[in-house]
Amino acid sequence: MSPEKVAVVEKILSANDQVAQLNRARLETKNIFSINIMASPGAGKTSVIMRTIQNLQNTIKIGVIEGDTAPVTIDADKITQAGVPAIQINTGGDCHLDAVMLASGLEQFPLSDIDLLIVENVGNLICPVAFQLGTHLNVLIASIPEGDDKPYKYPAMYRGVDILIINKIDLLPYIDFNMDYFLQGVRMLNPELVSFPLSCKTGEGVKSWTEWLLQRVRQNSHPKE
Amino acid sequence: MHELSVTESILEIASRHAKQAEAIKVTDIHIVLGRLSSIVDDSVQFYWDIISENTLCSGAKLHFKRIPAMLLCLNCQYEYQLEGELMPCPKCGSPQVKVTTGEEFWLDSIEIER
Ligand SMILES: Nc1nc2c(ncn2[C@@H]2O[C@H](COP(=O)(O)OP(=O)(O)OP(=O)(O)O)[C@@H](O)[C@H]2O)c(=O)[nH]1
Ligand SMILES: [Mg+2]
Ligand SMILES: [Zn+2]
Repeated sequence: MSPEKVAVVEKILSANDQVAQLNRARLETKNIFSINIMASPGAGKTSVIMRTIQNLQNTIKIGVIEGDTAPVTIDADKITQAGVPAIQINTGGDCHLDAVMLASGLEQFPLSDIDLLIVENVGNLICPVAFQLGTHLNVLIASIPEGDDKPYKYPAMYRGVDILIINKIDLLPYIDFNMDYFLQGVRMLNPELVSFPLSCKTGEGVKSWTEWLLQRVRQNSHPKE
Repeated sequence: MHELSVTESILEIASRHAKQAEAIKVTDIHIVLGRLSSIVDDSVQFYWDIISENTLCSGAKLHFKRIPAMLLCLNCQYEYQLEGELMPCPKCGSPQVKVTTGEEFWLDSIEIER
């Protein structure tokens, strides 16, 4: 009885990708455009979502799913107070959301009422990008205080996203952040990446982001009454 | 720190293929891992010993083939390895580069006994 080699050649995490495809199909039947927001803790994910709601809530219907490692509902509560449906998925300590967690979130969500679904992933610059959720876009938020070397240190994160928001630009005068150096790293890893520099504090740049997003939502669906 | 989900995925894929091949035991598992996939093989090994217990794969040895991340300079066509910090082309200094390898992450083959 000698060992025998069996070729497999199967992507690890392919099970996650399959569920992600089901999520996408489900969102598309409901005519929903969806984005997955990833960033390190405190980069401004919730702040960007709040600004996006502020600018777009009179035009389209938005829903938010919050991923958190612990049953702390601070972020979800902020969203609900803004008058937008939000639910929280507790990852039970996991460093990322995965497609199965989003699927169970979608289960509980009033999908018929929304045009745009925003998912706030767990604050982490390494893990979330390995787990596709099935959303239409992966958005990364970088923020000025994190430093200009992040693309150089976390290349995988910058490879796996479609949109880059550069938040907290109001802090540029106070922090040694070399924007050219930062953007060079971004371009080396992901030349196609569309970026939006903005400040959630002053509101500068927020409109270009929300107008662009609105366009994408409209291309995808007919906003609901 | 998502090595646990990764390890579970490895176990699921290996067991499925082993059953299909009517194996009584899996002895070795070969995994191809690009440098950019940010997985710590030691942690996978650690979880593996725990979660593979009492399965077809119990005791199977994990082999990791590490693929370096390579960058191709689009200006002078020089190809170089991304080691440590990301850098522009060392030959001509151009930042116009393309990642060619390093994102691989798959289970390549298993060795079984029937
Ligand atoms: N100066 C400045 N502060 C900001 C800006 N955007 C967000 N902040 C602050 O940054 C902190 C973190 O913002 P959040 O939006 O909670 O960040 P987050 O990424 O959702 O954080 P976690 O969910 O905890 O990972 C808060 O104190 C915000 O007020 C900005 O544009 N400028
Ligand atoms: Mg938040
Ligand atoms: Zn060159």
